[in-house]
Amino acid sequence: MRRRRFWPWFWLALGAIYFFVPLLATGEFSLRAQRDAFSLLAYQRVLQDNQFISSFLFSLRMGILTILFGVLLIVPTTYWVHLRLPRLRPLVELLTLLPFVIPVIVLVFGLIRTYSSPPFRMTTTPATTDILLIGGYMVISLPYLYRSVDVGLRAMDVRSLTEAAQSLGAGWGTILFRVIMPNLRTAVLTGALLTLAIVIGELTLAQYLARPAFGPYMALLGQNRAYEPAALAIMSFGMTWAAMGLIYFLTRGQQAQIGGGH
Amino acid sequence: MIGAFQGDEGQFTLQHISDLSQRFILQAYRNSIQVSLVTAVVGGLFGFLLAYAVTIGGLPIFVRAMVITFAGVASNFAGVPLAFAFISTLGRTGVLTGLLKSAGVNLYSQGFSLYTFAGLSLTYLYFQFPLMILIMAPALDGLKREWREASENLGATGLQYWRHIAMPILLPSILGTMVLLFGNAFGAYATAYALTGGTLDLVTILIGAQIRGNVLYDPGLGFALAIGMVVIMAFSIGMYSWLQRRSERWLR
Repeated sequence: MRRRRFWPWFWLALGAIYFFVPLLATGEFSLRAQRDAFSLLAYQRVLQDNQFISSFLFSLRMGILTILFGVLLIVPTTYWVHLRLPRLRPLVELLTLLPFVIPVIVLVFGLIRTYSSPPFRMTTTPATTDILLIGGYMVISLPYLYRSVDVGLRAMDVRSLTEAAQSLGAGWGTILFRVIMPNLRTAVLTGALLTLAIVIGELTLAQYLARPAFGPYMALLGQNRAYEPAALAIMSFGMTWAAMGLIYFLTRGQQAQIGGGH
Repeated sequence: MIGAFQGDEGQFTLQHISDLSQRFILQAYRNSIQVSLVTAVVGGLFGFLLAYAVTIGGLPIFVRAMVITFAGVASNFAGVPLAFAFISTLGRTGVLTGLLKSAGVNLYSQGFSLYTFAGLSLTYLYFQFPLMILIMAPALDGLKREWREASENLGATGLQYWRHIAMPILLPSILGTMVLLFGNAFGAYATAYALTGGTLDLVTILIGAQIRGNVLYDPGLGFALAIGMVVIMAFSIGMYSWLQRRSERWLR
């Protein structure tokens, strides 16, 4: 069955142009920081900026904590739903879709209104605000983490594994951490990478909770500088690429991951 | 939720909801819906055509793997960095703007501006159409070869095949994904904020302004704005899951 090949190539070319032109232009722009010559000056300036490093490390720390608590919450829950409450699965799936329905800006508005007044008053000190921030990040990353773990659990025989472990005398903790978790390594890692990518690029939550994260730093830089933002965009594109590549490698391309904080 | 119906002393009121009918708020909702609609439809069509090209369009197999990977990256490349990329491409001093100017086309004197509706839509499309590709490619794979062969054996033309067989099967998932794209754009804040600096009135930007309290601070209004958004989003997700169920009948 041979059909004309013109249109598919045409659409592909159009897509490629749309995809690459902004990247190439940004790349070129980022090299222009020095007059009349291409240089890596913009990159140098970005990397030497103390705030760049401190805000990046802050976001990295928040991301890792989010992943830690997210995994501790989601893996046992999803496991339990798979094992004992399969009838609740539609409900859980609906719950994990909620972060898609509630825009982040609405989420942060609710967080601030709820936790800034008595009896909570959590926005007064940095440490308690960070708890809010991590909570918010957990909500945002819930769909991605849940979906990865769910796919991972579906791929194995949860019931047999549990029963085998139980008949060998394992308690729940042992089952979770020494039987289920090792089998979920890829799934958890995939979800964790996505979560990390989302948290590091996230603007809205950190900005309104007034924490020195990477997203607000980038936005501020964009308002005050000309060439450095372009360099940042290229670097962040590289990071997205690395994260996607790792996920692709880990899952051998079986899972197309979708999402991000726009 | 309750906050939207509470006055300053906590009494029940519909004031905040009726405040939503103020001119600039309606305008913000209109802007948001417009941007989301346009990018959902255009991104949806374009993404569908690309997905078609790489699945059953007869392109070599490595092209498909490449496009899917690029789409995965592009749909995740959003927010502030995406805005930066478009500013350095099509902004006032952007590279492409400069190139076109030296070729005799002055974009900005012809009324184009990256910081308005057109520019925002163009930027949103960058994460919209890859999402469509990612979702549509498996759906297009689900079209069984036998259906096409059967229709050809019965003497149908290519057009008839698309009109009477492929389209009715694909339509729910096409529309469903477009609804998803709509929601995707509707809730977007970071990209719009970094691109326009908060000058273009979108619902998300307005809520942000209510939180920061730099314009007529009124938390009740913020709640009401938020409720309005959630209602629209809930409606679109409802549509999505309904269409999803319809498309699952055929695409397994």
